[in-house]
Amino acid sequence: MDIALDGQQPHADHPSGALRWITTTNHKDIGTLYLWFSLAMFLFAGSMALGIRAELARPGIQFADPAVFNQLTSLHGLLMIFGAVMPAFVGLANWQIPLMIGAPDMAFPRLNNWSFWLLPVAALLLLASLFVPGGAMAAGWTLYPPLYIQGGIAYDITILAIHVLGISSIMGAINVITTILNLRAPGMTLMKMPLFVWTWLVTAFLLVAVMPVLAAAVTMLLTDRHFNTHFFDAAGGGDPVMFQHIFWFFGHPEVYVMILPAFGIVSTIIPAFARKPLFGYASMVYAVASIAVLSFIVWAHHMFTTGMPVAGQLFFMFTTMLIAVPTGVKVFNWVATMWRGSLSFETPMLFAVAVVFLFTIGGFSGLVLALVPVDIQLQDTYYVVAHFHYVLFSGAVMGIMGGVYFWLPKWTGHMYDERLGKLHFLLTTIAFNVTFFPMHFLGLAGMPRRIPDYALQFAEFNFIASVGAFVLGASQLLFVYVVLKCIRGGAPAGSRPWDGADTLEWSLPSPPPYHSFATPPRLDAS
Amino acid sequence: MARRLPSLALIGLAATLCRSAQAGYAINLAPPATPIAQQIYDLHTLVLWVCAAIFVVVFLPMFWSILRHRRSKGHLPAQFSGNTRLEIAWTAVPVLILVGMAWPAARTVVAMKDTSRPDLTIQVTGHQWKWEYAYLGEGVRFFSSLATPREQIYASRPKGADYLLEVDRPLVVPAGRKVRLVLTSADVIHAWWVPEFGVKQDAIPGFIRDSWFEVRRPGTYRGQCAELCGVGHGYMPVVVEALPPERFAAWLAEEKARLAAASRTAALDQSPTELVRRGEQVYKTHCVACHGADGAGVPGAFPALDGSPIVRGPRLDHLRRVFEGKPGTAMAAFGRQLDDLDIAAVVSYERNSWSNRAGDAVQPAEVAALRR
Amino acid sequence: MPDAAYYQPPPSAWPIVGSLALLVLAGGFVLLLAGFAPGAYAMAGGALMLALMLFGWFRDVVRESLSGKLNARVDLSFRWGMVWFIFSEVMFFAAFFGALFYVRRVGVPMLAEADLLWPGYQAGWPTAGPGIREGFTPMAAWGIPALNTLILLSSGATVTWAHWGLKRGRRRQAALGLAATVLLGAIFLALQAYEYMTSLFTIRTGIYGATFYLLTGFHGAHVALGAIMLLVILLRVLAGHFTPTDHFAFEAASWYWHFVDVVWLLLFVFVYWL
Repeated sequence: MDIALDGQQPHADHPSGALRWITTTNHKDIGTLYLWFSLAMFLFAGSMALGIRAELARPGIQFADPAVFNQLTSLHGLLMIFGAVMPAFVGLANWQIPLMIGAPDMAFPRLNNWSFWLLPVAALLLLASLFVPGGAMAAGWTLYPPLYIQGGIAYDITILAIHVLGISSIMGAINVITTILNLRAPGMTLMKMPLFVWTWLVTAFLLVAVMPVLAAAVTMLLTDRHFNTHFFDAAGGGDPVMFQHIFWFFGHPEVYVMILPAFGIVSTIIPAFARKPLFGYASMVYAVASIAVLSFIVWAHHMFTTGMPVAGQLFFMFTTMLIAVPTGVKVFNWVATMWRGSLSFETPMLFAVAVVFLFTIGGFSGLVLALVPVDIQLQDTYYVVAHFHYVLFSGAVMGIMGGVYFWLPKWTGHMYDERLGKLHFLLTTIAFNVTFFPMHFLGLAGMPRRIPDYALQFAEFNFIASVGAFVLGASQLLFVYVVLKCIRGGAPAGSRPWDGADTLEWSLPSPPPYHSFATPPRLDAS
Repeated sequence: MARRLPSLALIGLAATLCRSAQAGYAINLAPPATPIAQQIYDLHTLVLWVCAAIFVVVFLPMFWSILRHRRSKGHLPAQFSGNTRLEIAWTAVPVLILVGMAWPAARTVVAMKDTSRPDLTIQVTGHQWKWEYAYLGEGVRFFSSLATPREQIYASRPKGADYLLEVDRPLVVPAGRKVRLVLTSADVIHAWWVPEFGVKQDAIPGFIRDSWFEVRRPGTYRGQCAELCGVGHGYMPVVVEALPPERFAAWLAEEKARLAAASRTAALDQSPTELVRRGEQVYKTHCVACHGADGAGVPGAFPALDGSPIVRGPRLDHLRRVFEGKPGTAMAAFGRQLDDLDIAAVVSYERNSWSNRAGDAVQPAEVAALRR
Repeated sequence: MPDAAYYQPPPSAWPIVGSLALLVLAGGFVLLLAGFAPGAYAMAGGALMLALMLFGWFRDVVRESLSGKLNARVDLSFRWGMVWFIFSEVMFFAAFFGALFYVRRVGVPMLAEADLLWPGYQAGWPTAGPGIREGFTPMAAWGIPALNTLILLSSGATVTWAHWGLKRGRRRQAALGLAATVLLGAIFLALQAYEYMTSLFTIRTGIYGATFYLLTGFHGAHVALGAIMLLVILLRVLAGHFTPTDHFAFEAASWYWHFVDVVWLLLFVFVYWL
């Protein structure tokens, strides 16, 4: 693909120092802000996980009594989802989408800034909730009433934080959709877009559709708590299970929000390091679209034990099993991309391959859970915890890490330390499996989730998981070191450090100028 | 090398997956004790083998590629980028596999939902944090609370074999008979779960759900609450004692007689010392989770009883608070859960413990008066 | 593909002002809920800051538009943006309608079947649930609500008429049409307020009250928002902004108004009537 660029104007039109970061309308700056915020939240929420695993290392209550324990589990979930994974993907979107489609910036650069700066507001609210009487919210990130109605003031703070996060996400999603639909360089038709851009288009659509539904759900919680409504109260004609329906109508597409961009990253990295085009581009696009559509009709598979009529259980079982098909197609296509390629295994590729392998294991446990009778045994046990950590950690988080290693040279102009990157990968992958694989067994053996203490037969695997968790946590400090070291210096990256990479961003210098593609590139037909 | 480790471990484990190992390293579902649990076990085995097969079919080529198609080995990249027939094939074949699994799964779903023609119906009510069982039509009703002592939980004593899975009064059922459960809750959503039965059903306040099981063999079966319900979520186990049918009938008859006797005793006045002694046991079972063994509560969440104005105030107000609870909070209406004797006892205990020195006691008759 | 560059806004402080505003608003609300009455002052402060942000930010956009910085592609971005924003609002209301359908078709029938807990409770709508004994009179559709339907439908016509005026360069028509629309919107809100004050049930009246007040309440809030937007557009028309071919802000406000109208129709059918 030959790209003609018309002059890059030098710019000194933005403030420096703190004011630069507060008022910026530049997509690269805002992407950087999102990524740092996400890293900070990842480490903080990760520490909460270490608190959880410290308590669960042995039976009995040692450090965190039950009231504190459930604050840890609830905040860990909320902050990882809304503070770490989603902002990281938005950060990558901000950095990469304009570069990949040849746009000068996002469609709404000022709105983009607001989307970011709302996040610290939400984070502040959630952190403050740890210090109010009664402590932080402890009803699980899923917020089920009537338990949620009983909680103290932290539960209201959490609702408001969720509203702020929702505003940020919805505006961000509108920005992404408009950017992709309207700002592509001439010649870049939809079916020529990099798959990362496609996955983000679909993700943004999911966000715009379901974040408002979450907003409605938590508003009903607020009114039940303080304004005497009876949405979730049987005596008043309401139903606690109705909350679950509304919540999971949001919640299921939400988990696809958290994985589709990772699929996009994998679809970018594997062709680059296989030096071969992505296999089945059109199929991959259709698969992503099918997953998104199906994601709206599977939600009640989170509710198989609530006592739905048979027809409901069967419907949701069938649709949930069906969603495995397009997901499987993607895995097959990635393997076919690798097949007979010319593979090299730098750190980004290591992460991408691990994502394919480990996410698929998560997909298998998801298939097991899709079968209603089996789900009856496994719902609300550690099997579910294993499942979602396989798809979310080794899917989303490792996908993000792969993306970061892949694009760090472009962002900073330096190569990161390849030896340390590989070490980080090795430690993370091994520790991750040591932590979470035994949880399948714990669930099968009968250990419920969200408990601070457990019966003696669960002790051995819990201990192993806790050891793994501490190694996993410590390994991420290595990641922070690698990133900081790369920012400070390293071998010059040049504009195309990865010889197999062929998307538009690699045509720009590393780091790209403050305003890239001020005039859109002209793309050859290819 | 590291990439091979997970797959080697997996292959090793796959060989042992169908066998449940000894307690401590159990890697499969509990041994089934009901026909439904058996169906679930078998379905799980089926899906596991299907997943294993797909795993091999997908990752053998991937690892082959990783080993053989490397640039460092001089392998040059092919340039193909698609194959429509292949895409169709690997879309259609998975659909067929899924249909193959959906069929037996659907049959079990229908079987699990068929609660018709039970031999016995028991109402299960979830509370924060214990279960209540009522044998409908028999007039037998009791609470089932965790029996593990606090000292074991907070590590000053070694843990018993059934740590966290033992209760004061188990649910007693006849083996070999179809038992139907109707479930509800008194406060938040709980879930009644016995893994060996293959039964897990949410208990939803204000609604009735049902489920059923038929235990094949007499024995003791243990499970736990499976829906986050507050601080005591991990401390409300389910224990089911399945008896041969004749022994069950005898037990039921004994229960009815016992309850009749107890209600006669409870109407009589008790000595204050006896009330406080009994009250301490009631407190340790029903109150300690929130209000603490030292009566200090949890500031901002659960009020302290030691030095509390209500506990130190008029007897009737204190009694009312325990009896009626405090709506909108986790303080339940214990009048519905405990009998007159136990309520009188626990109130008397609170008034005369820690630094509270009321010097008075509440009698069962005063509690009975509230019920009228 | 236009030749002029896509406008890149300079660094702006409005977003951080808006973020602080929401922090103060949220904090004040929390204090209020926790029982500290002064929280209301913080809420007012936060709301004021938010209003300030909206005013300042939109003023910047208007200035950029009037000085010709926004090309046709930017205009297209605004259109996409407004469409997807309205879609997100549709989903917000969809959740509440979903709740209404759920309780009527699933929840209440299930409660009626739970004889063990609620003996004698019959399914039916409207209902305040099995635990609330007092009867109540639900809102009748064919009084003020029907009138309000006419009012909003008319307002849809007046805003369209205003649009035609704008497109033909007839400023008076545009202004009159907009003024009529805003006036009709205000009358709608006044009538709703009257209905709220004289209704024979409250938000506490079981699931009927809850769904009624949240659906109509959020709708009323959106009518108010829409009316304010139209008022701003009216002021801009009077100030001489807009040309017959370039008036996206008007169209955006008008789309929003039509959306609010459609939601009302659904409300009228499913909340008031059926």
